[in-house]
Amino acid sequence: MKPEPHAPADRVHSEEFLSGLKRRQLALSTGCSMAFLAVLLAMPALNYWAPDWMARDVGGFTLSWLVLGVLFFPFVWVIAWVFIRRSIRLEQSEVASARSGREARP
Amino acid sequence: MLAAVDPWILGWSLLTVLVTLALGYWAASKARTASDFFVAGRGVSVGWNASAISGEYLSAASFMGVAGMVMSSGYDALWYPVCYACGYLFLLLFIAGPLRRFGAYTIPDFAEGRYDSPLFRKIAVLFVLFIGFFYTMPQMKGAGTTLAYIFQEVDLRGGWLELLAPRSPAGEALKGIPYWAGVVVVGAVITVNVALGGMKGITLVQAFQYWLKLFAISLPVFVLLAVHGGYGKQLATTHSLGVANPGTPNAAPARPATSSPIVLPAKAPADPAWRHPFGPLTTKAATAANLSPQEARPYALLYTYSLIIAVVCGTAGLPHILVRFYTNPDGVAAKRTTMWVMILIGVFYLFPPVFGALGRNLMPALYDGVGVRGTDKVVLEVPRVLGGNAGSILSGIACAGAFAAFMSTFSGLLVSMTGALAHDVYGRMLRPDSSATERMRMFKACAFVVGGVATVLGCFVEPMEINFMVGQAFAIAAASYFPLLFMSVWWRGMTMAGAATGMLAGGACSLAAVSLTSLSAFVGKPWFPQALNLNPFWATHPLLRILCEQPAVWCVPLAIALMLLVSWATRSHVPQDIRMKMLVLHAPEALGLKQEYVREHEGH
Repeated sequence: MKPEPHAPADRVHSEEFLSGLKRRQLALSTGCSMAFLAVLLAMPALNYWAPDWMARDVGGFTLSWLVLGVLFFPFVWVIAWVFIRRSIRLEQSEVASARSGREARP
Repeated sequence: MLAAVDPWILGWSLLTVLVTLALGYWAASKARTASDFFVAGRGVSVGWNASAISGEYLSAASFMGVAGMVMSSGYDALWYPVCYACGYLFLLLFIAGPLRRFGAYTIPDFAEGRYDSPLFRKIAVLFVLFIGFFYTMPQMKGAGTTLAYIFQEVDLRGGWLELLAPRSPAGEALKGIPYWAGVVVVGAVITVNVALGGMKGITLVQAFQYWLKLFAISLPVFVLLAVHGGYGKQLATTHSLGVANPGTPNAAPARPATSSPIVLPAKAPADPAWRHPFGPLTTKAATAANLSPQEARPYALLYTYSLIIAVVCGTAGLPHILVRFYTNPDGVAAKRTTMWVMILIGVFYLFPPVFGALGRNLMPALYDGVGVRGTDKVVLEVPRVLGGNAGSILSGIACAGAFAAFMSTFSGLLVSMTGALAHDVYGRMLRPDSSATERMRMFKACAFVVGGVATVLGCFVEPMEINFMVGQAFAIAAASYFPLLFMSVWWRGMTMAGAATGMLAGGACSLAAVSLTSLSAFVGKPWFPQALNLNPFWATHPLLRILCEQPAVWCVPLAIALMLLVSWATRSHVPQDIRMKMLVLHAPEALGLKQEYVREHEGH
């Protein structure tokens, strides 16, 4: 493999900076996706193993219809909003740390 | 001759086409440079871009198909709108930001840039065109059938125009206009729009069309719910199954919601199957194998999970959606855009299921029709139960929304495919030294070629189902582009050989599996060879049928596993400057690594 064109002293181009950057971004993305997937994938499982509970009446809706047809959308908006706020803050922190040589804080 | 057409329906539809043309023409006068054509000058604001992506995404299948599917299949069909909308979350979490930071015009640009391989660019171009044409066909089918619906009472018989009249299987001339007329009209309008204004031209048009679609789907729902009772009341209404309703679906009688049970046609699913999970859609394979409802449940669960994977991952891998992330000014704007797209699409998808419930209660005769004459036209037809001008006006608005749906999605696909031809094939492969003006001229020429081919192909897909064709495009995208993008962005050890093997194997397996089950649709046709009739096999192998009909559950892991395995075997071929590439993908744009990367590449 060809040597990288920058000196190791250059923090932005260092292996340490890249792995820290990717680790923090992946942790944030994975955390948010787990919250989303847990609910999405739990729905068929609850429908399968707790059909009576999911079929209870809520204002004319069954609980499973209310969750999937109505409430799921605002839930996803909340996750997206949290992710965007945190990821923008993380980016700002990365820029500040790269310029000052410190470790970024998510 | 046009006296037989409802003036409100014709008027609203015509207005939509004229406004689309006018906006496209106006925006075209502002599109001057090659960058304007390919990525709208990279300066589209978050609000415009989010509206345009949403406008492009909400296709004929979303506008008409989801409501029709909810009416025919009930709860099981709710997975489609939810996963269509939620696939964007995957884009936002894992792909949108890095892709934009990498800064390439198209996905093939990304493929070549990430792996330094012109060969991989060619493979990616083929996939853009392949998935693009697959997704174009159902839009054309929607256009042809909606126009045929609007002009169903027109009579072309009795003069020289009889040559154009649609024919029965026996060759007898019928009332109405031919299916291909809608395909040609919509194909021509959009092709001219795209050729005139490119990406910048269609951004404005698609943004307008999103708001038109939201208006067209929400207003009739609000009015109908105000007259006939709320969403919960519609879902709680009880029904009994009886003989088919009198009357044809075209003249479906209004059936007011009353306290006494509504008698549904015998073809409709009963209340428990419609209202609760694991209904007719997900248990189809098991029912065909004569399994009991209890035995069918595990199969239905598997079908549901595979459907979720296909639609969520497929959304994150559709090339015509991905290309739009390059039209944002920066990565932060790309993320904000995705947030707004989810809100706009989520708001829209609240309405089609309501239409499905309203159709079941107010117009059950639609269960007796087939395809676009059946539940697929519930959105267009149900507002008519209000009667008089109010019914006609709302039905006309719904038709305008349907027009906006397939016109905007076709625009996006056309730009994406034209971009692949003009930018990748011409600009990078055939004539790398061509000037920006020559590429722009080629973009216009390619728009006519791609638009023409799509229109001709669209004329031949009348017998195929819209939802089936959309499903194929999603299944292929989920098992090819999604693993490619996800792994390329997050795993530095991926090689070109690994990426290409996984993408090709995943896409090919998906296509083969879905095509096997699609053969069932042609059984009974005179030209269909009996040896290819797999129905007896599916009846005894419901598990295999589900794995072929919804292949994402095994094709996506297969693609990822192959990527890992082949990349490991060819690990000496990881691009030499992989650290720099990963930095460009992940480091904030404010650090200016992209510019540094470009300078280094130019210096080689």
